[in-house]
Amino acid sequence: MSASGSAPSPEWSRERRASGEERATARRFRVRKILDRFFQLLSLLASVAVISPLLLVFVFLLSSGGSSLTWDFLTQLPKPVGETGGGMANAIVGSCILVAIAIVIGAPIGVLGGVFLYEHKEPRLRAAIRFTADVLNGVPSIIWGIVVYSWVVLRMKTFSGLAGGLALSFIMIPLILRTTEDVLRLVPPAYREAGLALGLRRSQVILHIVLATARRGIVTGVLLSAARVAGETAPLLFTAFGNRVWTARLQEPMAALPLQIFTYAISPYPDWHRQAWAGALVLLALVFLMNLALRLLSRGKPE
Amino acid sequence: MTGSAADPKRTALAGGALPQKSQPAFQIEDLHVWFGNRAVLHGVSLEIPARHVTGIIGPSGCGKSTFLRALNRMHEFTPGVRVQGKVRLFGEDIYEPRVDPILLRRRVGMVFQKSNPFPTMSIQENVLVGLRLAGIRNRGLLEERLEEALRMAALWNEVRDRLHAPGTELSGGQQQRLCIARALAVHPEVLLMDEPCSALDPIATAQIESLIRDLREHYSIVLVTHNLQEAGRTADFTAFFLEGKLIEFESTKKLFTNPSRKQTEDYLTGRFE
Repeated sequence: MSASGSAPSPEWSRERRASGEERATARRFRVRKILDRFFQLLSLLASVAVISPLLLVFVFLLSSGGSSLTWDFLTQLPKPVGETGGGMANAIVGSCILVAIAIVIGAPIGVLGGVFLYEHKEPRLRAAIRFTADVLNGVPSIIWGIVVYSWVVLRMKTFSGLAGGLALSFIMIPLILRTTEDVLRLVPPAYREAGLALGLRRSQVILHIVLATARRGIVTGVLLSAARVAGETAPLLFTAFGNRVWTARLQEPMAALPLQIFTYAISPYPDWHRQAWAGALVLLALVFLMNLALRLLSRGKPE
Repeated sequence: MTGSAADPKRTALAGGALPQKSQPAFQIEDLHVWFGNRAVLHGVSLEIPARHVTGIIGPSGCGKSTFLRALNRMHEFTPGVRVQGKVRLFGEDIYEPRVDPILLRRRVGMVFQKSNPFPTMSIQENVLVGLRLAGIRNRGLLEERLEEALRMAALWNEVRDRLHAPGTELSGGQQQRLCIARALAVHPEVLLMDEPCSALDPIATAQIESLIRDLREHYSIVLVTHNLQEAGRTADFTAFFLEGKLIEFESTKKLFTNPSRKQTEDYLTGRFE
């Protein structure tokens, strides 16, 4: 490799032997092999470094929160300050409601935006939207909290589950938009053509053929973004705010797991610390289950 | 395309009169097509007879697929394509502004090189999708059309017991016949076929070719193929295209045995490509 450049010929190799170049090549080859091993080891270590935090977090949460994860914790409301016991049932349900609101608002907008990106002919407009979505994906989540606070919370004059769900949906929209466009591009153009040649309208081709073919990937994208926002705390701090009692009303402050964990973790009470660990374990388990569901979903027959 | 169901030409299979065999299906006058600045077809004029199979042959890149796509305005989805000239379908200019390309494509069905049944749909749904999305809800009519289209595509006996199975479960040749059934179910007048057998094995090819010969009883068929034997076996008339120009258009027998142009003879005897 390093000695390449001219075609090997008998004279050339004789010359090479004579000049001692062969020994140099052998030495270089040994060095190369050692380097090869070294980088293999390095990449192995890097992979371990990627995987181990997840394992460590799981083990750590299980050891510190596992014992507090009781039936009461999953089904009871928080007890008043000073009393031990109680649980986070309202926060678990609240998180589910908030994520559901975020999906209801974010998924249609994100998917339709993805369809627009896929369908629109003007490349500059597409590039502009794609760039905007990528920038939005990088906006710190607390910014979304502030935006919703000033747009919704100040106008409604109350923190609310609706505001919390809206803040989460703002995080979801650019994520869903990009994944939707990507999976739509994977649909073979032959299906589109077949539909158009049958005399279907463009809207029918998109709805009944392109979207139908890509639906698995789209659902995957939506769930992935839902799993991502389920653990968000910052955008909920001054939107959903948190609540220590049950609410199913969207115009009232709503409890959420990340918020409850945050409140409990910074409190001075050991019993609350214990519950914060259990809450973190539940949150991680929820996200893990969502990812697992995704796996099962996308493993189905390939399309 | 104001031609309604009452129009005798439209209802070939619904009990109406078929077009006369002597009548032209397509009359193409001085058709030019450009991709951006590159001319792909230079002034093609041709009459495609009704209820016959017209083969289009020529080397790769001679414009035969482009020609086909100009007949149902499918080229309109390719950016930068421009068309000039006249194309009449049973006398009606298909490029007139009042013509809705959607309705045109219901009259001019198309079958592609690679079979492409919709992967999310069953065999039955694949056949009926054109009708369903055109707003037909009548179950009796749908069932009737389902069987009719599958029978015409010589697929009924093979799939009658598994109409709800996914279309993609069928073999390659069956999938292509399913695509033909899908195109036939909306009762087109013309069928455009873009190398329908080029991805199939010899047995499936033979089945599709015999199917094409049967279909010409009812349909006017334009068959693009790069397989000369296929044109020889299935087409009644054959047009030879070269570098975007129509070189010769004759009855298949005459073109293959006694071509009047030297370029045709060279192509047929394999002296280029």
